Amino acid sequence: MVTLIGPSGCGKSTLLRLLADIVQPSGGQVEIFGTSPGDVRRRREIGFCFQDATLLPWRSVIDNVRLPLDVGRGRDQAAGGAHTPEALLDLVGLADWADARPAALSGGMRQRVAIARALMSEPRLLLMDEPFGALDEITRDKLNDELLRIWRETGITIVFVTHSLNEAVYLAEEIVVMAANPGRIVERIDLRPIRKDGALERDSPRFAELTGQLRYLLSKAA
Amino acid sequence: MSPLKKTSWLLPVLGGLSILLAWHLIILLFDVQEFVAPSPLAAVTTLFEKAPVLAKNFWPTAIESVAGFILGNSLAILLAVVFVHSKVLEAAYFPSAVFFNTIPILALAPILVLIFGLGMLPKIVIAAVICFFPTLVNIIRGLESVSAAELELMHVLNASRSEIFWRLRVPRSLPFLFAALRIASTTCVVGAIVGEWIGANSGLGALIIQATFNYQSSLLYATLFVSSGLALLFFAIIVFVERRVLDWR
Repeated sequence: MVTLIGPSGCGKSTLLRLLADIVQPSGGQVEIFGTSPGDVRRRREIGFCFQDATLLPWRSVIDNVRLPLDVGRGRDQAAGGAHTPEALLDLVGLADWADARPAALSGGMRQRVAIARALMSEPRLLLMDEPFGALDEITRDKLNDELLRIWRETGITIVFVTHSLNEAVYLAEEIVVMAANPGRIVERIDLRPIRKDGALERDSPRFAELTGQLRYLLSKAA
Repeated sequence: MSPLKKTSWLLPVLGGLSILLAWHLIILLFDVQEFVAPSPLAAVTTLFEKAPVLAKNFWPTAIESVAGFILGNSLAILLAVVFVHSKVLEAAYFPSAVFFNTIPILALAPILVLIFGLGMLPKIVIAAVICFFPTLVNIIRGLESVSAAELELMHVLNASRSEIFWRLRVPRSLPFLFAALRIASTTCVVGAIVGEWIGANSGLGALIIQATFNYQSSLLYATLFVSSGLALLFFAIIVFVERRVLDWR
């Protein structure tokens, strides 16, 4: 679980889009799982969550989760898939909302549906572009806890772009700090030694120390 | 439900009746001759008295309108799909479509009658022409109204071009389609009637011309009621279908 943090314009979203084969590098090359992003995308091993949940409003919640089965190689997968749409909806705690339309859902609930949809194609790599950026802080904390739970249950790799210091520290095994003009990585902070299994308590001194360190790095980067 | 909403039909009906009453009073007050302008009562009476004549002329117009509606909108949708898939063709032919649209339908109608003769066909073509342009413009906008994020989502899912078209662009274009069909549902009747003016033996347009030349003003007004009723009926059908199809809006 890697979080990417940095000032606007430092290229966090561009980096995610390079990984997802949405944009092409102007120089150099990207390697994921020993191959190119294009191969990984065509094997549908990438899931993507956008800042705006990007649910299709004419589809019910369950049909939005099912979308990956309806396009691409989805039809082959539908037969032998490990998860059903229902199970994924249950995983994000929205089993009771299967037949609702996205318009009836709150912002936080829509993002949960988007996460369930991203997991539907059974990705090895989940890319998240400020998915909780538009949510209030209480909802965001709750979804962060849920995301950590989902991450542990599924064991997939997640790259998470955020503007929030708290979110960057709370979620990460590793924090990557970026700077703008030119966009570059200025610091990588490995949290694995201090996390072990448990999450960092949000009100622990260690947590405050880490967000303080991040704030200092970002002020230098800007 | 609020009391106002429960009786939402009441105000429009009262408004309409008040206009009819004013019309009636003006006819009485200024002693207007019936061949100049009939009272609403005379028009409504004629509506029932001449029901067989009106019905006989109703059907050709209704058939021409529906056929023109289907033809014009189908061609517009087809061309919009072509334009969305080929920017070259759009750049080459869209300006011509705009130019074509600037020709007044009254100037175009005689040309089409010369080409297609005096039967139903020229009326259908005129009704189709009048439906065509608003639908073309709306469908192009609708098919292109997908967001960057939606396209990126489909790309990440490795969706094919046709899957993006059917699962994303088409549903996105439906609200625009119905906005266009609402317009077309009333203008196709106008197109059919204009076509009948130029030359026809039957149809509401022919009846309008006949009634005007014969100073049968109450028949003229009754015909207007019928043609409005026809357009309103089409409009209501479109709204009904739209509510079924766009239940997510």
